[in-house]
Amino acid sequence: MISLRKISRHYQQGGQQLAALQDIDLEIGPGEYISIMGPSGSGKSTLLNQIALLDRPTSGTYLLHGRDVTGLPDDEQARIRRENMGFVFQFFHLIPRLSAAENIEIPLVLSGVDSVLRKQQVAKAMLSFGLQDRSTHRPDQLSGGECQRVAIARATIMHPGTLLADEPTGNLDQATGKQVIDLLEQLNRQGVTLIMVTHDPAIGERASRRVKIVDGRISSDA
Amino acid sequence: MRSTDHLRLAAGAITAHPARSILTVLGIMVGIAAVILLTAIGEGVRLYVLAEFTQFGTNLIAVFPGRNTTLGISGATISTIRPLSLDDATALERLDQVTAVVPVIQGNARIEYGKLGRRSMVLGVGAGVPEAWQMPVASGSFLPGDNPGTARTYAVLGDRMRKELFAGVNPLGKRIRVGGDRFRVIGVMAPKGQMLGFDLDDTVYLPVSRAMEIFNREGVMEIDILYESKARAAYVEQRVRELLIARHGSEDFSIVTQDQMLEVLDSIMNILTLGVAAIGSISLLVGAVGIITIMTITVTERTAEIGLLRALGARRRNILLLFLGEAVLLGGVGGIAGTGLALGIILLLQILVTGLPLEIAWNYVTTALLFSLVIGILSGIAPAIRAAALHPLEALRAE
Repeated sequence: MISLRKISRHYQQGGQQLAALQDIDLEIGPGEYISIMGPSGSGKSTLLNQIALLDRPTSGTYLLHGRDVTGLPDDEQARIRRENMGFVFQFFHLIPRLSAAENIEIPLVLSGVDSVLRKQQVAKAMLSFGLQDRSTHRPDQLSGGECQRVAIARATIMHPGTLLADEPTGNLDQATGKQVIDLLEQLNRQGVTLIMVTHDPAIGERASRRVKIVDGRISSDA
Repeated sequence: MRSTDHLRLAAGAITAHPARSILTVLGIMVGIAAVILLTAIGEGVRLYVLAEFTQFGTNLIAVFPGRNTTLGISGATISTIRPLSLDDATALERLDQVTAVVPVIQGNARIEYGKLGRRSMVLGVGAGVPEAWQMPVASGSFLPGDNPGTARTYAVLGDRMRKELFAGVNPLGKRIRVGGDRFRVIGVMAPKGQMLGFDLDDTVYLPVSRAMEIFNREGVMEIDILYESKARAAYVEQRVRELLIARHGSEDFSIVTQDQMLEVLDSIMNILTLGVAAIGSISLLVGAVGIITIMTITVTERTAEIGLLRALGARRRNILLLFLGEAVLLGGVGGIAGTGLALGIILLLQILVTGLPLEIAWNYVTTALLFSLVIGILSGIAPAIRAAALHPLEALRAE
């Protein structure tokens, strides 16, 4: 359960105050499929970063499962990210020198999971994402679609309740993008909350709940 | 996050750029090798010099006539200084814990045998030389402990003296002339070599009283006192001082113990070793700058990776340790490689060039190794802190 109460985010730019987000109220229930859409510069990525605990609001309160996480220290927020959220980025953000398996393994490594257990979980994930014969390949030896599949496998390896996707198809061709969306929707059907930022209406319309942002305010939520 | 994973990730990051990692390691390696090599030379010279000074035995006390005053005039105020006499030497012999006393007078005289002859060093000594100076006799015997007044005119030759005067002839029993007086050769010393410029093999040893007659001297130049190895130097020194003050009426002599001499020498040599170690450290410093440079570049290059790790839930401490681990690994590998290189060079030199005063200073080797790790930490700390302080969101955008 994610609930944002009067969240605002202001930036200082050239001596001028810019309001990226203004008084956002948003409740997202478990298992929802929600898309955040809006023109570029509207503040949709800023909103996602707030939900992701990657950025702190200027004012407002963020309750995660009823707990106020707004002012928690950095390391505590890091732990919450690690255990509750999976990230899928437009540019994949894979570590180039690590193999596909090692990239998927990172969240487990960060949580201090035993290496034998890690190998089992990674092997299972690779199998379910159809990457079993790509495990030793490095990102530069993988196609864009494979890279995003590795990234999704990494995002879900800790079985987070929420999946945050920032333009997940933005760097892929139509057909591959479709496959990635199918994969994310499939995960949503398994009970994962899916929050997706996109400027592509064709993709955004697929979500059961669509939030539109204009000039830092929610203009429609349906 | 487990420390083995920290280490594994750090090692992976290093091997991902083999060329520049090797170059960085090379910097530290050269520095460590330089420190170890230079200190090995310093330590070798120290031991060499100490050996030179202890080859005459360590339980020695030497007494010289005259007293070094703060004014620096020792022999000038002759009137108040009584020479060290043979009677002094005889009296010292009776002291507790003293095993041998050697009065010494040194001069230069013409040595002749048959038609051969040249000037050489003459040492007037007592019977205790082989024991006190640890110089064995090769053939015959050393000078007997005759009463000074009636010492027989015997002589003992140094090894080189024998070779030059008695090539192919047994010198024992032969008569030689020293400064015009006739002496009979009763022994030959084993070769001893040079000691700070004095060639002890190119020497003739005479009874001290006879030498004093030849050189027309009232007293001896030095009295060497050998004491039991279990005796304390300070105790013996005190007894010697008391006895001579009683005989002379005042302290008009100087006492130098071997311990004091060695202590001074040792400290000089240690400073020398420290000095060369400092010179070697300069190259270590350059190596450290290499690590700082490469770590700074690495952090900049991997900003996006840092952002990702933070987004995935890495704590600041994890990031810090990750980059610090890389720097320490670079330093440590450089340290080990440098130690290996230096030890290899030293062993090779010892095999190829015999007699080279090279001695591995193990305390410096361990210090250098530990130091290479410390260098890793010190040069990695600033870039690692910078990496850990990055804001995850801004770091993520850095691609």
